[in-house]
Amino acid sequence: MDFVSFLIQVLNSLQYGLLLFLVASGLTLVFGIMGIINLAHGSFYMIGAYLAFALTSMTGNLMLSIALGVPLAFAFGALLEWLLFSHLYKRDHLEQVLLTYGLILIFEELRSLAVGDDVHGVAIPAIFSASIPLSDNLSYPVYRLVISVVCLALAGGLYYLIQRTRLGMMIRAGSHDRDMVKALGIDINVLYRTVFALGVALAALAGMLAAPISSVYPGMGSSVLIISFVIVVIGGVGSVWGALVAALLIGFADTFGKVLLPDLAGLMVYLVMAVVLLWRPEGIFRKG
Amino acid sequence: MKQTQPQVRRIVRKTIALALAAVIPALGAFAAQAADKVKVGLMLPYTGTYASLGNAITNGFKQYVTENGGKLGGHEIEYFVVDDESDPSKATENASKLIKRDQVDVLVGTVHSGVALAMAKVARDNKTLLIIPNAGADELTGPLCAPNVFRSSFSAWQPAYAMGKIVADRGHKNVVTVTWKYSFGEQSVAGFKEAFEKAGGKIAKELYLPFPNVEFQPFLTEIASLKPDAVFVFFAGGGAVKFVKDYDAAGLKKSIPLYGSGFLTDGTIDAMGGSGEGLMTTLHYADNLTNPKDQAFRKAYALAYKAQPDVYAVQGYDAAQMLKTGLEGLKGGKFDKEVVAKAMETAKVDSPRGAFTLSKAHNPVQDIYLRKVEGRENKLVGVAEKALADPARGCRM
Repeated sequence: MDFVSFLIQVLNSLQYGLLLFLVASGLTLVFGIMGIINLAHGSFYMIGAYLAFALTSMTGNLMLSIALGVPLAFAFGALLEWLLFSHLYKRDHLEQVLLTYGLILIFEELRSLAVGDDVHGVAIPAIFSASIPLSDNLSYPVYRLVISVVCLALAGGLYYLIQRTRLGMMIRAGSHDRDMVKALGIDINVLYRTVFALGVALAALAGMLAAPISSVYPGMGSSVLIISFVIVVIGGVGSVWGALVAALLIGFADTFGKVLLPDLAGLMVYLVMAVVLLWRPEGIFRKG
Repeated sequence: MKQTQPQVRRIVRKTIALALAAVIPALGAFAAQAADKVKVGLMLPYTGTYASLGNAITNGFKQYVTENGGKLGGHEIEYFVVDDESDPSKATENASKLIKRDQVDVLVGTVHSGVALAMAKVARDNKTLLIIPNAGADELTGPLCAPNVFRSSFSAWQPAYAMGKIVADRGHKNVVTVTWKYSFGEQSVAGFKEAFEKAGGKIAKELYLPFPNVEFQPFLTEIASLKPDAVFVFFAGGGAVKFVKDYDAAGLKKSIPLYGSGFLTDGTIDAMGGSGEGLMTTLHYADNLTNPKDQAFRKAYALAYKAQPDVYAVQGYDAAQMLKTGLEGLKGGKFDKEVVAKAMETAKVDSPRGAFTLSKAHNPVQDIYLRKVEGRENKLVGVAEKALADPARGCRM
């Protein structure tokens, strides 16, 4: 591998890692803070992508679709929390797994009924459709760089929200001791509903942003679900920074694994996970 | 209570089994009296990713039966339908159910190669006739071939092999291949490699990624630095769309031509949004064949189902044609699978794709077309290989 290729592979790793972070961030919120094992997280990603497809075919503009789609996803998340997830906090993980697995099946079938099983594409917004030449024959789509920037901005925003705002403080307190927070007169139900809806909105946003480059197809949710869990576990459950670092680590492992050890490419991600967990069983950034 | 439940269940199950044991022979006798009805078990995906393929195959099959007044070779056709969900772990059970419970005479299925491999095993064990209307795994008419197993579609080897020669003929000497690391992808690359190397070409590198991973960026970077004359890929569905779009967005399409086997551009052109334009692929069907059979077929299909037929519908239609030839062998007599299989071997199928016969291993000996994406169609460029037969390596029959 020559030096230019190496640099481009580094760029690939960063870009893939950041996209993974976007998907995993919602999961780390819901799993880490609310303690809910949400297998349906991938479905929200899928729903986001299909929303982007449906809204873009109506409005003809991806950015407008995202502006419409994110509040829709947030509202949908709040509704789901009120209807289903709010009954799960006191139950054990097995019941959460059952419910959320059931949701995967339901969402897949609904998707199949509503839009069918064909593969669809979403156009990249015209202003980002250019490519930057990197070497004599390879160029890099601007849209991929835009996604990376958005992901970085979101990472910063989430960090600020959770560490620096009053809402974030309540969320952190709620994750430690639900009853104590309640006793202090904070409406924990509203708090949890907000966090869950935020998690759904983040997953859907990831799906919407990824739709133009990944295309929209049945089963796309399950492909991101496992890798998201890997990231959350490596990064330390509930830690936004942890998820970011873990996502970048996975981005590098996957990219360079494919190029340098093609026979082990499928294993690479899990090898990294095993090594990290041996070194730090609680994940990289798990705090007490 | 909990402990007695299994017991209760066992008793209930026994009772049902006894009742069935009493009823089924009676039903069997009844069926025998009705003499010439033939039971066809359609085991295809009706839910999940491949649902549209399963439906197209079913539509094609039923269309041919309807064209023949509901009868094939004088025998009325009765359908038993099972959704295989493209789930290999349920395949054996589903196929056994059709054979043992519904007592089907002929099994038709399926799309997913993993499921089809399990079905072929059940069919071999029970000596039930099986017609495979899509699954392209080489093994089905290779090491696993059997007197009672037939295929109306293609083998992974066929379109890929045809493309190997085309790419060499077009002056490309040095090619990189990319596919998923699963059997269909590997078989496609092997077929391509065989023909390409025979024609003097060299494979610079074979790139594989785990199925169904679609993060292609590292490979595109590697292709750009290897600078081959051309790239050959096998992908299908969402992966095909994403690869073609990424390849275009990376600017590689301009400098390194991309070729594909089979389904890279089938049912995916719209989603590619222009990135697929000009792409060349090989398959046993194309969008604007000029034979009258295809035109009649397309017209009738569009009228019956309010949708345009695709290669899957053709494969379903031809499965029914093959069965007709088989049943004609009975000459109106009782169903005898060995007679039907023998007759089916000699089938000359007047397919919408162009007439084909069956190889010794029961795979179509067919023309493979070179197609080029123009607009929303896979336009016919020419015949890549005339009457190409799968080598059926490992088939001892």
